[in-house]
Amino acid sequence: MTAQEATPPVLDIRDLHIEFDTRRGVLKAIDGVSMQIAPGEILGVVGESGAGKSLTGTAITGLLEKPGRISTGEIRLEGKRIDNLSQEQMRRLRGREIGAIFQDPLTSLNPLYTIGHQLVETIRTHLPMSMKEARQHAIRMLEEVGLPAPETRIDQYPHQFSGGMRQRVVIALALCVEPRLVIADEPTTALDVSVQAQIIAVLKRLCREKGTAVMLVTHDMGVIAEAADRVAVMYAGRLVEVGPVADVVKQAKHPYTRGLMNSIPTILNDVDRLEQIEGSMPRLAAIPDGCAFNPRCPHVLSRCRTERPDLIAVENSEAACWLVENPVIHERHTPATPTTGPVADHCRGANA
Amino acid sequence: MLAVAFIAFSMFSFVGDPVTNMLPQDATLEQRTALQERLGLNESLPVQFGKFVTNAVQGNFGISYRNQRLVSDLIAERFPATMELVFAAVVMSLVIGIPMGVYTALKRDSWLSHLLQALSLTGISVPTFVTGILLILVFSVWLNWLPSFGRGEVVELGWWSTGLLTVSGIKAMIMPVITLSLFQITLIMRLVRAEMLEVLKTDYIRFARARGLTNRVVNFSHALRNTLMPVITITGLQIGALIAFAIITETVFQWPGMGLLFMQAVSFVDIPVMSAYLVMVSLIFVVINTIVDMLYFVVDPRLRVDTGQNKAGA
Repeated sequence: MTAQEATPPVLDIRDLHIEFDTRRGVLKAIDGVSMQIAPGEILGVVGESGAGKSLTGTAITGLLEKPGRISTGEIRLEGKRIDNLSQEQMRRLRGREIGAIFQDPLTSLNPLYTIGHQLVETIRTHLPMSMKEARQHAIRMLEEVGLPAPETRIDQYPHQFSGGMRQRVVIALALCVEPRLVIADEPTTALDVSVQAQIIAVLKRLCREKGTAVMLVTHDMGVIAEAADRVAVMYAGRLVEVGPVADVVKQAKHPYTRGLMNSIPTILNDVDRLEQIEGSMPRLAAIPDGCAFNPRCPHVLSRCRTERPDLIAVENSEAACWLVENPVIHERHTPATPTTGPVADHCRGANA
Repeated sequence: MLAVAFIAFSMFSFVGDPVTNMLPQDATLEQRTALQERLGLNESLPVQFGKFVTNAVQGNFGISYRNQRLVSDLIAERFPATMELVFAAVVMSLVIGIPMGVYTALKRDSWLSHLLQALSLTGISVPTFVTGILLILVFSVWLNWLPSFGRGEVVELGWWSTGLLTVSGIKAMIMPVITLSLFQITLIMRLVRAEMLEVLKTDYIRFARARGLTNRVVNFSHALRNTLMPVITITGLQIGALIAFAIITETVFQWPGMGLLFMQAVSFVDIPVMSAYLVMVSLIFVVINTIVDMLYFVVDPRLRVDTGQNKAGA
């Protein structure tokens, strides 16, 4: 993080809480999340379904729907608070300063309008351009995202494009007015693997060129390893670990992250069964005291059940785990190490 | 349509003997057979049907038993009245129903939405003849503002007689149109509301918002246009229903249209008129459905492009 101290981060989230008012009481969906993204940086946000990844993204774009609301915390875009802006002010930011890419390119485009219409409409909403200029700009954008023959394809309708091509169009739409930040919510999940790599490459190249910061929400560790500079791991609405991608992937500090990494199949190790983390993520209404991960953690301490750990700096990363405070447990960990079920507390010695 | 023609024809072949109605009580047997011969009722059923179809294709539906006039003349006389009534009702239900639907979908929690929703329930559940009679009671009998029956003065434009060009014609039209369109307004409103709520949840609407488009653009150019597809379908189908409902409305207001003609024909077992009416209505249905299919073509590009140029699509 030292390299980024000079310039203010593009995105700065501080102690964000998002709550849902339901008939059965208040559910905390996001519980004290803080993260920063520097200019040109790609932050990967990973976690299981329901961990709050997409919700964080939605809150940043100001499109949180009732009954969800930000209860406390701040979201700053280039130093300016944006979480308390009016609807209209927020609308001006959306698309202009914050671009968004959604999961399913097949449904993110309006089927009744040509892609050119949708691009021109977005450009003219934010930039003072004539129809002609906007159209030229749109063609340039389509060229940049690698769409072949943009001059003719600009007048076609979304259903005339393949999934990968549509996602390129979506990226063009998100980047057409050069926003400072792009929230990419599972941009490749709906695509097949060979197309995924191309889309990630396009996204990465464009953001490098334009210095756009990216929040890349996904549960695909492969995508993260390929694209992200830093990784934030979320669990049950909290951040459990943040760090440079190499550290998080190779030397995860938090037992949850380690579990995630172990559950990725590799070609090198021939195993019969994939590692998995026992149990499942708690429901929002039933998050345990202390560390949210404690019922599933193989290294659980008695302290974990009562006291909630904050992010603690270890080496280049930060992890919200009491274990990292304890020098005994602070071991060199390799992804191939087996974790054995919930009663592995005493096995720690063997791993070390 | 052939099927409708057959049903119309065969049904009325069995509903009674028109000859009895047409002749005086003391008619002789010779008079009866002479009339039967003139009307072609002495031939076998298939022959009668064959004649009926060949004549119908040429626009000749025979002679009305009751009026002793050409059925095609009778229909042509009444057709403009019904069509004006029906299309005024359609226009009214769209012009009022769509904005109300959009409003209730966008402002789901405002008191006006709740009020409109409640009113629409009434609109759906009150039968046409009740609203018609209530309107007559209030505006004709109590307030004496509007005429309770007829078309008022009409102007002849070639073969088309219109009531839209005279004050009394328009005044006479107000209540029948309201009666006829009340149900349609509520139907269109509820349909637009439901569709709109559905469309507003879709990804492309979320994405349109995420692109920072103004609410006006998102709601009206993106959401509403996607909402219109089912509205077109239903409106097309409802025009048919309106013609059917027009029978009741026309009876209540003594509107000189096809529906009233049909009602009178039914009470006199005037078979040529009834079958001609049914065939006309089915013709209108077919024409409207064709128009609706063509409208799809205009609204939805997905149906359009694949037929002609597939240049860069492959």
